[in-house]
Amino acid sequence: MNFGKQLKEGLLTQNPVLVQMLGLCSTMAITTSIANGIGMGVSVIIILTASNVVISAIRKVVPDKIRIAMFIVVIAGFVTCVDLLLQAFVPSIAASLGVFIPLIVVNCIILGRAEAFSYKNGIGASFFDGICQGLGYTFVLLAMCVIRELLGAGTLAGFRIIPEQYPIGVLTLPVGGFLVLGCLIAAMQWALSKSKEGK
Amino acid sequence: MTDYKNLKLIATSSPHIRGSERTQTIMRDVIIAMVPALAYAILNFGIRALAMTVVSVAGCMFFEWGYQKLMKKPVRIMDLSCVVTGMLLAFVCPVQIPYWMILIGDFFAIVVVKQLFGGIGKNFVNPALAGRAILLASYAGAMTSWVDPAINKANLIGNVDIVTAATPLSYMKGTDPAAIAESFTSLKETYSVTNMFLGQIGGSMGEVSVLMLLLGGVYLIWRKVINWQTPVAYIATVAVLTFLFPRAGTGVEWMLYSIFGGGLMLGAFFMATDYATSPVTKKGQLIFGIGCGVFTVLIRYFGSYNEGVCYSIMVMNLFVALIDKNTKPTRFGVVKSDKKEGAAK
Repeated sequence: MNFGKQLKEGLLTQNPVLVQMLGLCSTMAITTSIANGIGMGVSVIIILTASNVVISAIRKVVPDKIRIAMFIVVIAGFVTCVDLLLQAFVPSIAASLGVFIPLIVVNCIILGRAEAFSYKNGIGASFFDGICQGLGYTFVLLAMCVIRELLGAGTLAGFRIIPEQYPIGVLTLPVGGFLVLGCLIAAMQWALSKSKEGK
Repeated sequence: MTDYKNLKLIATSSPHIRGSERTQTIMRDVIIAMVPALAYAILNFGIRALAMTVVSVAGCMFFEWGYQKLMKKPVRIMDLSCVVTGMLLAFVCPVQIPYWMILIGDFFAIVVVKQLFGGIGKNFVNPALAGRAILLASYAGAMTSWVDPAINKANLIGNVDIVTAATPLSYMKGTDPAAIAESFTSLKETYSVTNMFLGQIGGSMGEVSVLMLLLGGVYLIWRKVINWQTPVAYIATVAVLTFLFPRAGTGVEWMLYSIFGGGLMLGAFFMATDYATSPVTKKGQLIFGIGCGVFTVLIRYFGSYNEGVCYSIMVMNLFVALIDKNTKPTRFGVVKSDKKEGAAK
């Protein structure tokens, strides 16, 4: 499989959040600080890659009819591992991400990639797919975190950049999440349609 | 002799008869209608009111020009719609907020709410109100402290040593009936109904003077820029509801303070009548106005904010497509029983 093509699809043309519109809930909920974004992004990369590999490995022995249940069992297993690891080693991030780590079980990106990709492709390709799609998700998370934390709270990774009275507080509220995500999706679609026109 | 070889047949689609109205002339009328309220704001709050309006208008024009240049679209700032947005946004803000704050509101109003959705005529909520909502959510403190015009004027630069006043609506807010009755009595001592009508009260820049807003509103209706349906339905709904369900005092007193206080007049004449975000048919405009009125009273009575005009208009903006769809007039020549058939086609 072509790693470069998969990477390009994950980050840009088939970006899980901005193009496939998957995982929007967690994207809007946790992107209020960069620490959250990194924690969530890394967790999703690990879970997505691991579950992709396992599902790809067992795809020939799983009957078609119960495949969704199998996906959920595999994903839930890895999510539990990551959840416990986070609580053990970075309890502050685990606390601020809260319920959104267990909710990765039903994150559409992971289930979507299992159904659309790893159930049909080999182990190696599924491994890279997990990394690329995970990177695409993390990239969007970080973009939103930077915008919302910098403009909404005036800090960047906890350091104050903009004096306290200036930041646009609404961006840290849920409505700000919708606004920023909407603008990012619009910008992405615009860029993609421009690059299509260019060809 | 006619030169048949060079004669061109110009076949454009309808309309073939055009009026002299342009976006620019309509917007010019709206600006003229806002001048009395602006003049009163300067008189009431000091020269900073003018400076704030100028900064806001300049900001809106700059953002519109910048976005259209950046996206390589035709620059249309001379249709004056951005000027109206800038003035309205300044009108719904307290006079002493910092200048940079109103520029942030301008940016949201023009770029996020108006241009990103396709520019003039495509925005789904009123840009000025959206700008205000963003500012209120971000800078609640600055957006809810009001200069007391009876004691002092706002400084042109900086905001030191300003005595602030509570708006009439904040006296009329609460959950405990006895407390509302008490504060309503002190409201009546502080401001008479005449004060309220003329605008000698604290509040947002452009909303205080009912008289000046009525002048502007009547001018707009006379010039046929707006229909009477929306503002009359809006104000009448608030009047009827507050008359029937006063929370203190007599029904008439409570009603007068309710319709003269806050941004109701400004909202009814200048915000709820925005073409892009209000229904097309007159029946629809009546429904729209009544809906705005109901939401305004609900927010004022039961919401957490003192004033509900801004949010009620924004909420009703979202219903406009639905209202338009259901108030579509029957086409000429279509018999009623055929209506469904016609719609199916």
